[in-house]
Amino acid sequence: MTHGDPAHQGGGHARVDAGDGHLGLDQAFTSAGPAGPAAHAGWEAPPSRKGFFTDTSICIGCKACEVACKEWNGVPQDGIYELLGSSYDNTGALGANTWRHVEFIEQRTPMAGLDTGITIGVPETAVGPDVLVSEDILGSMARSVHDKPLVDLGMPAFDLPSASPDAGERTEFRWLMASNVCKHCTNAGCLDVCPTGALFRTEFGTVVVQDDICNGCGYCVAGCPFGVIDRRIGQKAPLVGHSDKPVTKNAGVAQKCTLCYDRLLDDLTPACAKACPTQSIQFGDVDELRERAEKRVADLQAAGVMGAQLYAEDPEGGVGGAGAFFLLLDEPEVYGFPPDPIVTTADLPRMWKHAGLAAAGLLAAAAAAFLGGRR
Amino acid sequence: MTEGGYERGQQEVGKAANPDINEAGPKNTTDDIGAIPGTQGGGSAAATAQRTAGGGRSEGRGDGRGGRGGRRKRRRAEEQMVPDATFTSYYGRPVVKAAPWEAAIPLYLFMGGIAGGSSLLAAGADLTGRPALRRGARIGATGAITISLAALVADLGRPERFLNMLRVFKPTSPMSVGTWILTAYGPGAVVAGAAEVAKLLPVRFGVLSTLLDWAARPAGLAAAAIAPGVASYTAVLLTNTSTPAWHDAHRELPFVFVGSAAAASGGLGMLLAPVHEAGPARLFAVAGAAAELAVEHRMERSMGLSAEVLHAGTPGRLMRASKALTAAGALGTLLVGRRSRVGAALSGLALLAGSACTRFGVFEAGPASVHDPKYTIVPQRERLNRRRAAEAAAGQPPTGEASPPAQET
Repeated sequence: MTHGDPAHQGGGHARVDAGDGHLGLDQAFTSAGPAGPAAHAGWEAPPSRKGFFTDTSICIGCKACEVACKEWNGVPQDGIYELLGSSYDNTGALGANTWRHVEFIEQRTPMAGLDTGITIGVPETAVGPDVLVSEDILGSMARSVHDKPLVDLGMPAFDLPSASPDAGERTEFRWLMASNVCKHCTNAGCLDVCPTGALFRTEFGTVVVQDDICNGCGYCVAGCPFGVIDRRIGQKAPLVGHSDKPVTKNAGVAQKCTLCYDRLLDDLTPACAKACPTQSIQFGDVDELRERAEKRVADLQAAGVMGAQLYAEDPEGGVGGAGAFFLLLDEPEVYGFPPDPIVTTADLPRMWKHAGLAAAGLLAAAAAAFLGGRR
Repeated sequence: MTEGGYERGQQEVGKAANPDINEAGPKNTTDDIGAIPGTQGGGSAAATAQRTAGGGRSEGRGDGRGGRGGRRKRRRAEEQMVPDATFTSYYGRPVVKAAPWEAAIPLYLFMGGIAGGSSLLAAGADLTGRPALRRGARIGATGAITISLAALVADLGRPERFLNMLRVFKPTSPMSVGTWILTAYGPGAVVAGAAEVAKLLPVRFGVLSTLLDWAARPAGLAAAAIAPGVASYTAVLLTNTSTPAWHDAHRELPFVFVGSAAAASGGLGMLLAPVHEAGPARLFAVAGAAAELAVEHRMERSMGLSAEVLHAGTPGRLMRASKALTAAGALGTLLVGRRSRVGAALSGLALLAGSACTRFGVFEAGPASVHDPKYTIVPQRERLNRRRAAEAAAGQPPTGEASPPAQET
């Protein structure tokens, strides 16, 4: 490889304080600078930065991305088919064995001044005018309509959204679905704290673990502000000889999304984006994706989707803008995202300073103890 | 935005989707605000998910938790020190992950402190002519650093790749910096310790023993020069993470840790050296214990919300034990440390135990603050709201990410 050692994240490029109080000099350790993270890591004339724009407003929760990711990357299964009791999400969270994670959030957003209560029934929008339905079903539907009020579960309708009788009105129940993934931060906590250089910045500006270098110290796990990376648990390959038990690939090593580094090298789209049937996961150049995301969020807000917001995209934000960012329909914590993540190394210069003072204090105390003890 | 501003959203999870679980029906909507996922502290992800999914269940479920009233009463008293923060999370699941570290790491923190402090004491004893204190401190430092390194290697996911730590030097990684600090410290400490051990042996090894004797002082002084780094960098190792209770302690933790190191190594010196030589060890120990107790108290004030975990459960018990043992050890040192060998030894043991409890308590606080997403979400949400309010006050048009319009009331 032609890049300099990616370990050297230090150096100039202190950024101007945006007025938020947490940027500026403290960021000197980690900021990637104007040329982008790959150039900062020592790549000469790197290709344009690649990333994901995950538009959750059009995610249908099909989990094709989860499956495609596992299949392409050979990621082992997480558990033994547990039911987590959290809607249709039985995966739970990103981790060593989950590099894409589809979240299901069920929300009742109350309508002002109305208390209709919750009754599960057939949603009014489930059957459109042009769909032929047998008499039996219509009859039972009519009865259920008579018995109890109906509530829209947010199930996909067969008709156009505008054709439904209450088009334009918010129903009081909705599903939010989102495909979570490693953010490939500009200022990546995992990369900063990795003591072996196993985590490195690729020429595409992404952050990837070198499986054969990582010694499983686990520091990156605590370093990530998003709880993405984790150490893989499993049967390790024996140092010598053969094991009778089945061996888990890369057991004991930190694992996370690579943004399909191997596919990028062959000019292929990452597996999850390729498999996404609604283009909720969009892959491309980060600059272009940012423009697309800004237009999309403006369109949604203009259309009255007032919760629409971009997440982790802002280059002035606490991780310096992520390579993989999101359009959310509600606040980040609803999706299990930290609302205001800041890379932990932003505070590191101050921490070293305090540690230095403490060390000096210890030395002084020892000296004083002997001088005082001489009395 | 008031605290109530983030009540929306997640608390309804599971109710509508799981009508079977949701026995109590919609009337529970308001009751549930206190039971928003995550507000009840830690627990496994599965347990949390269960709690969330069953958010609507009420009296008579016999699940050991009882109804809302019972649950409130049974909540640990410590957790009520800070009023319940209402917040939203994804099924009460943690936002960040805890480092996959086990008991080897707090053991290492403890041993590293002993090693660092003891090397300083050994150097001082060497220079001021206190052979017994020097011997005890040098051997103690060598033993402690050996256990430290073994613990560090054992805790790796792939211990056989330990040397990969030496591929790079990264100032952004306290673990990398620490590895190099230990690499620089270890040889000096081990040579000085070996020289003392060699003197205790009944036989001499000719030139080798002479060489060891000659090298002991420079080696010991070299180790002592790096020893303060050994004792203090471990605080940065913990605080430079996204683990709330660790990161929030980043201002004070280095001082707590060096105080703890001084108390422990001073205690070890009192244990191993006769009373007439252990004067500096006593002063060192008392100063360390006082600094540790004072700064730890201050740390709990400055940490904010995550200081809660230092008072609850296992970390709470450890921190209480740490304070009691450290205070008792320091008091014993002052009262009887100069007069009684037994009293000095007991005081030293108490200080050592107190230091161990500090390290394990601070360490355990980390995972505890991760398991409850409250400690990650609430401070960040408050920070974000403050920033948005400041932006609004400044009349700036808020930009992109920072501008979701006000939601329904």
